[in-house]
Amino acid sequence: MWQNIKDFAADFFVTGDPLIYGADVAIVLTMAAIVFVLTYFKKWKWLWTEWLTTVDHKRIGIMYVIAALLMLFRGGVDALLMRTQLAFPNNEFLSPEHYNEIFTTHGVIMILFMAMPLMFGLFNLVVPLQIGARDVAFPFLNALSFWLFFWGAMLFNISFVIGGSPNSGWLAYPPLSGTMFNPGVGQDFYIWGIQISGIGSLMTGINFIVTILKMRAPGMKLMKMPMFTWSVLGSSLAIILAFPILTVTIALLFVDRYFGAHFFTLDGGGNPMMYINLIWMWGHPEVYIVILPAFGIYSEVVATFSRKKLFGYKSMVFAIMAISVVSFITWAHHFFTMGSGGDVNAFFAISTMIIAIPTGVKVFNWIFTMYKGKVSFETPMLWTVLGFIPCFVVGGMTGVMLSVAPADFQFHNSYFLIAHFHQTLIGGVVFGYIAGLIYWWPKVFGFKLNERLGKWSFWFWNIGFYVCFMPQYVVGLMGMTRRLSTYGWDTGWWELNFVSTIGAFLMGAGFLLQVWQILHSIKFMERDTTGDPWNGRTLEWSIPSPAPVYNFARIPHVEEMDDWWEQKKRRENGVAPKPLPPLEPIHMPKNSGIPFIKSFCWFVAGFGLVFDWLWMAIPGFIGVAVCMLAHSFNYDTDYYIPVEEIERTEAAARGAV
Amino acid sequence: MANNNNHAAAHAHAGNHGHDGHHDLESLRLMGFWIFLITDCILFGTLFATFAVLRENTAAGPTGSEMFEMAGIIAETFILLTSSFTSGLALLSMNRGDKKGLIGWLAVTAALGACFIGLELNEFVHLVHEGVTISTSAYWSAFYTLVSTHGIHVTIGLFWMIAIMIQLGRHGITPVTRRKVNVIGLYWHFLDVVWIFVFTVVYMLEVM
Repeated sequence: MWQNIKDFAADFFVTGDPLIYGADVAIVLTMAAIVFVLTYFKKWKWLWTEWLTTVDHKRIGIMYVIAALLMLFRGGVDALLMRTQLAFPNNEFLSPEHYNEIFTTHGVIMILFMAMPLMFGLFNLVVPLQIGARDVAFPFLNALSFWLFFWGAMLFNISFVIGGSPNSGWLAYPPLSGTMFNPGVGQDFYIWGIQISGIGSLMTGINFIVTILKMRAPGMKLMKMPMFTWSVLGSSLAIILAFPILTVTIALLFVDRYFGAHFFTLDGGGNPMMYINLIWMWGHPEVYIVILPAFGIYSEVVATFSRKKLFGYKSMVFAIMAISVVSFITWAHHFFTMGSGGDVNAFFAISTMIIAIPTGVKVFNWIFTMYKGKVSFETPMLWTVLGFIPCFVVGGMTGVMLSVAPADFQFHNSYFLIAHFHQTLIGGVVFGYIAGLIYWWPKVFGFKLNERLGKWSFWFWNIGFYVCFMPQYVVGLMGMTRRLSTYGWDTGWWELNFVSTIGAFLMGAGFLLQVWQILHSIKFMERDTTGDPWNGRTLEWSIPSPAPVYNFARIPHVEEMDDWWEQKKRRENGVAPKPLPPLEPIHMPKNSGIPFIKSFCWFVAGFGLVFDWLWMAIPGFIGVAVCMLAHSFNYDTDYYIPVEEIERTEAAARGAV
Repeated sequence: MANNNNHAAAHAHAGNHGHDGHHDLESLRLMGFWIFLITDCILFGTLFATFAVLRENTAAGPTGSEMFEMAGIIAETFILLTSSFTSGLALLSMNRGDKKGLIGWLAVTAALGACFIGLELNEFVHLVHEGVTISTSAYWSAFYTLVSTHGIHVTIGLFWMIAIMIQLGRHGITPVTRRKVNVIGLYWHFLDVVWIFVFTVVYMLEVM
């Protein structure tokens, strides 16, 4: 009996590496600390009623951001481990097997469990406020999306200490990811972690399309929408068209692994190259899904801190939509070397180059917005103008270099490529989301982040970025390929790799400074009582910070683009504001525990399928079905906030002014 | 109890109201479902594309034309098409305010759907008995995955339809149940359309 348990544990838990044991201890201690704090301060009920069951888009947004920052930390540690391994030739810090696992989890976590949730967090925090709505179209579904992401991310992350991590790269190309070469459970954790959170992403896409198309304040025509909202629309459209392909692709990989099918196997007529096509038919739109909202953020930031209308609004809208359409016909540029022939490669090379045109339009629009504006350089603007624009221009140019199919035969899978996509994903996406987070932080929490610490962290990040990735372009051209766990002295790659590692640690220091900035600001920053600390332009700045649960006591009537700015201008010119209509009771959705429980059931089902334990998977799926029915049969889903309560809330919020 | 009445009133309110602040929730939900159907279209589209790519990849094993028995499949097709018609009749009953007729036609639709699933399972069992399984070749992997994805959709639709019939029995025809019937109707017609493609691409092209 005892021997059986020991054998099981030796298989079940990841063993043999001191780093893992350290992580085990850290995980157990953190969990114990969380349980202790919640119990000691009697916060369990608070946690359940205020957070785990909430359907309020603002709280869901906050939870997305917290989860994403934790994932940024984990993905960042993965990156630093890799850079430490590569700092010296013939280094034995990480074994090749361990290195494979780390580059796999780094990629998956940074894209799917960091960039996506941070993006959804910003969608949730900002879009309903920008369009003058009281919530998203489907608040229950919104909570479900979040918890599916959360439990999917948990399922993916526990592979670290239970069963073993996936190790076949962030897109898990077969046949390497098939059972023939990858019999362990790591790949199954990958499949179910992504599948569960992917369903959540798909539903968020649907939710925000309906929210934006149907719930805008009266008078806000599509062409008067704030640019961030436009970018969310573009991104959500791409989500609903791309994510089903991911769902199918990963499901087919599962069917191959679990039922012994032959979609992507080397025998039985399978076709591994089909997987690579399918996964990039999702994967390429995916990178535009995450960059478009960042473009939206830059547009808001540049206009606000130049105190000027965004230059070329219409061309900006056109560019967003053009990018989200063309992004669907560029996927094969990820594998020009597959041998599809000259005509296919030419098509995809040209479609890729075409994407540079709308992107270039946007860059010029941002620059012209600043022209003759009253420009000031608060931190969101630093990230935009000094961080993003130069970085993204270089990253875009190297992208055009990569799109030249014949040249790509040289660049393919080299560090040149690594440097390129990190430059667009960090310089484009991460810088943008950080700018957005700092910009909307006072709206969400009611105080600004410390500017001085913010500037320090910006410079660490920005300088660290160039120190880390510029050498990688060079070392890539010298022949260093990606996913290489070590190299010899004779390659001549050492100095550049060493410099690159220094840069990675500088970025790590930048991240720590941000954590410090947040903690310091929570303790020391003054409350913002205006609700409009940046002198903003759009509707979210017209209400108190943090926004009351119903957002707008009275739904605003929009007349112009940047309506709040125009209102302020009219007031300055002495035009009396229109009399306010009387308050009415506000219709709100009730909290629900079903999203949390249902997503947990998905987690249980996924975990059962990973280990092929049907006794666990089947109850998990039954739980999912029961939750669906319970929700369908529940007709008691909303309530009204009475006028007196709105008056009290508004008086308390405005009283501080 | 008083609370419940309040909520029923609130719903009637939410269902009919259009003026600002109080969006017409039921029409939002209907639109959301249309967008969901777009995503489901892409899902099936990807599976059809996969099937098309792997059509010739039988690894020198049995092909579809050797194995299919068209009688059962044609029966399936007519049963599903009929169920689409009866789900339309259910909608007409609802629009007349005829709750009994609505539930009755939904029950007929569900019964036809169950027959379809029964025949499909029968076909699969028959094929497996003949030695053709999901791991026989890439062609059969694609076949089983595509056809059973449609079958799973229909099965989910069956349970869903039963749940809605129970809710109709409890609450009658309200804006909420009306939307639910509209949504399941859309879903059912959609699955019918997908089946027409399955029938054409998977079966017809193979045996002709």
